[in-house]
Amino acid sequence: MKLAIAVISVLTLGLSIYIFVAFDNDLQGYQFQTNRYEWLSDLGVTFHLGVDGIATPMVLLTGIVMVTAIFMSWNLNYRTKDFFALLMVLITGVYGVFLSLDLFFLFFFYELAVVPMYLLIGVWGSTRKEYGALKLVLYLVASSVLVWVGILAIFIEGGLGSFNLLDLKEAEFGSGFQRAVFPLLMFGFGVLAGLWPFHTWSPDGHVAAPTSVSMLHAGVLMKLGAFGIIRVALELLPQGAEDWKLVLVGLATVNVIYGAIAAMSQKDLKYVIGYSSISHMGYVLMGIATLDPRGMTGAVYQMFSHGIMTALFFALVGVVYDRTHTRDISILEGLSKRMGITATFFAVAGLTSMGLPGLSGFIAELLVFVGLFKTYPVIGVLGVIGAAITAVYILRLLAKVFFGPLDPRWEKLPDCSRLEGAAMLGLVAVLIFGGVYPQPFTSMIDSGVGPILQRISLLT
Amino acid sequence: MNIDFALLVPEFLLAGLVFVMFGVDLFLPADKKAYLPYLGVAGLMAVIGSVFSLLGDEGSLYGGIFLVDEYALFFKVFFPIVGIVMMLASRDFVTKHLENPGEFYGLVMVSVLAMMLMASAAELLTGYIALELLSFCLYIMAAYAKREARSNEAGIKYILIGAFSSAFLLYGISLIYGSVGTTTFTGIAEALQAGDDLRTAFLAGLIFIVVGFGFKVVAVPFHMWAPDVYEGAPVPVTAYLAVASKAASFVLMLRLFATAFMPALDDWKIIIAVLAALTMTVGNVVAISQSSIKRLMAYSSIGHAGFIMVGIAALSESASNALMLYLVGYSAATFAAFLCIIIYFNLTGKEQIVDFAGLAERSPMLALALTVSLFSLAGLPFFAGFTIKFYLFTAAAREGLLWLAAIAMINSLISVYYYLMVIKQMYMKPAQDPQESTTAVERLKVPPVTTALLALLIGVVFLVGVYPAPIVHLIEEATPLLFSNAATSLASGP
Repeated sequence: MKLAIAVISVLTLGLSIYIFVAFDNDLQGYQFQTNRYEWLSDLGVTFHLGVDGIATPMVLLTGIVMVTAIFMSWNLNYRTKDFFALLMVLITGVYGVFLSLDLFFLFFFYELAVVPMYLLIGVWGSTRKEYGALKLVLYLVASSVLVWVGILAIFIEGGLGSFNLLDLKEAEFGSGFQRAVFPLLMFGFGVLAGLWPFHTWSPDGHVAAPTSVSMLHAGVLMKLGAFGIIRVALELLPQGAEDWKLVLVGLATVNVIYGAIAAMSQKDLKYVIGYSSISHMGYVLMGIATLDPRGMTGAVYQMFSHGIMTALFFALVGVVYDRTHTRDISILEGLSKRMGITATFFAVAGLTSMGLPGLSGFIAELLVFVGLFKTYPVIGVLGVIGAAITAVYILRLLAKVFFGPLDPRWEKLPDCSRLEGAAMLGLVAVLIFGGVYPQPFTSMIDSGVGPILQRISLLT
Repeated sequence: MNIDFALLVPEFLLAGLVFVMFGVDLFLPADKKAYLPYLGVAGLMAVIGSVFSLLGDEGSLYGGIFLVDEYALFFKVFFPIVGIVMMLASRDFVTKHLENPGEFYGLVMVSVLAMMLMASAAELLTGYIALELLSFCLYIMAAYAKREARSNEAGIKYILIGAFSSAFLLYGISLIYGSVGTTTFTGIAEALQAGDDLRTAFLAGLIFIVVGFGFKVVAVPFHMWAPDVYEGAPVPVTAYLAVASKAASFVLMLRLFATAFMPALDDWKIIIAVLAALTMTVGNVVAISQSSIKRLMAYSSIGHAGFIMVGIAALSESASNALMLYLVGYSAATFAAFLCIIIYFNLTGKEQIVDFAGLAERSPMLALALTVSLFSLAGLPFFAGFTIKFYLFTAAAREGLLWLAAIAMINSLISVYYYLMVIKQMYMKPAQDPQESTTAVERLKVPPVTTALLALLIGVVFLVGVYPAPIVHLIEEATPLLFSNAATSLASGP
């Protein structure tokens, strides 16, 4: 069973890589489109898949995080079959959202990604798992109601009798309508992206979730929210984006600063990473709100980079928790003496999180800041301050938990296993590759971001 | 008048089979009576076969008061299937807990006959009589555990309220007859298009009919009886009440409103819309605080009645398609959930939500099936619930009822919470009971027949969830006929 899952997931990663490599940045529109299979003709629902320059890196991200997450939970021994089956449902949902060109199926898969989270966290989780699982599901289903209303409103107002994104792009939406519906989608998808003040489900969910679920949760699930804002809200309602961008950038700034400060004051390793995710998703939302080519490209690249980085973080926290059975920062001390590999990887992830040159996070944040300084200089300064706070809590964490004197009780700690090490090494490699040679990513994202921003710039 | 009795073959066949059932029951020794449901299943399958033989020669009888069209035929296949599921689902329960199994299965067959007549009725009194036939079967079935005070109480409550609601229906019918001079659906539609001096009496009649149906489909504020009756009735009967009686009432209601009352849509649209909003809100909110699984399902079915009424309020061809698909998906998921509850009750004799703790350890299959059906009822994707809700709410939004659709979505969200409470018990609570710590961890053995039935129902839940096209195709052939009468008379109107 486990072997079958491993083979399938590696094959899927292979396909994702193939799509990434074979994607042609110079072509217009969506690539690798499937036929439009009629699914419910009465409503004009079609099953139609395709990717653009924004979805392709996300597909690759999903593939990478999926494979590593599965290897990280290789030694799970409680109801293994159920666990991996649910994990696969979750991944199906994630892929589906990134690939769907039909709003019905986008929503279908969006909800599908949420369903298994309840059981994955509730059954296999740890600290306050029932609370965390329920909170997460209720937040996400509630936010999906907003998305649902928004999609229905677009469907009705479009008047084409079609849920297909390509058809709806041709439809005319009045500016009043756009102003009214954009916030539904912005907040609806925003909740999943961890938008302040609707973010609390995420850290609580992380703390309760098992390692691989945390990896997928922060690595790809939260990206669905940001992706939804771009794919549905920005593409279909450009005027609404123009009207609401100030609100979005304002909330995103709170995300960055508040998330970083909250991360600084946490005692639980997972809460630290959870709040740092909130902070980093703030950069993504900021970048989107710039509506500027640099900023948007940075936002999407940040989605990719943060996805890999945070998956690595949660994998490492999982390793530490597995060996020490605690995530309490005040107890953990000097682990690098016994867990050299883990400590090194943690340092790489931490440096990416701080935006150190040579790692993918630097490129992403740089692009976001360039976009920000062009559009909202003041917010740009706040963003940089956020990055500075990030440096503080990451360095403090590294110093306390990994470096420094070894606590005698961790004297006999084994390092990560070979399988875990290999999986995490893969993530580290992607981070470094993305940092030294970002060209394939950024030019691909540019090709996806371009047409969207063109529609917006035509308005003014 | 040329009466083609061939159109009535399924009904006559079923009526005959009821007497066969009663007759066989008389001569069968008590220890063989567990085989009776198989006789019933064979009979109902024959009925379905005879319905299929009618495909292609649709027609009407008795001057158009009894229609055999695609709409009727669709449900004449659907209702016997519900009957078959009911017999197989209740077999173990009846053998264990109820006396006189022969009459019980006979009543199921009579009720199927009544529902088939309801699907064909195109005239108020015909519809009323068919509905009464169904109701009388259900009154008896609700009180079937006659040694149990709870079941008796349920029966009494049900028959009193049922009589009350029938009075409303009849009074409404008489008012409508008084104002338009006819009781056929097409006649009413024509009268509505022709004259506008009959508004007051007609509207009063319409409101009485809505109230009458409100009792039957358990709409708020006519729902007080339902939770008590659902809780008191034997579990399989509760399932039958939640599925069959509700579906059949909506089938009749849909034809009545689509064919007869369509021209007056603007007058009653808002009434039904408000009733729908009330029904779903009360049903879903009150469900949160339930501790008995039967009461939870009762309130959940009230909530679903509210959702289905959205389809009536937004009446259009698309909404009617959606409503029919909703009935299929809802019935499959609800019956699947109830089947799990029946199986669990048969094995343990328990029916509180907390009693489901640790079911995932004791019977992973049962827990999974119940989870799937509850997720479907909650409207989550991959399962029927998502498709049917999306379809229905989109159809409503199309007819300008986006506000109602939004209320429905919020209610759907509320329902996620209480369904998750049951799932939490099954998956996250240990199977420990201080009194019987030895038996608690024992695995439950589910009988093979019910397992197969459960698999079938779950299969339908998945089918509607991921590939509804075949069923929708059938439905799309059926619905235009509902509206065609109104449309043709509209064309020939003044």
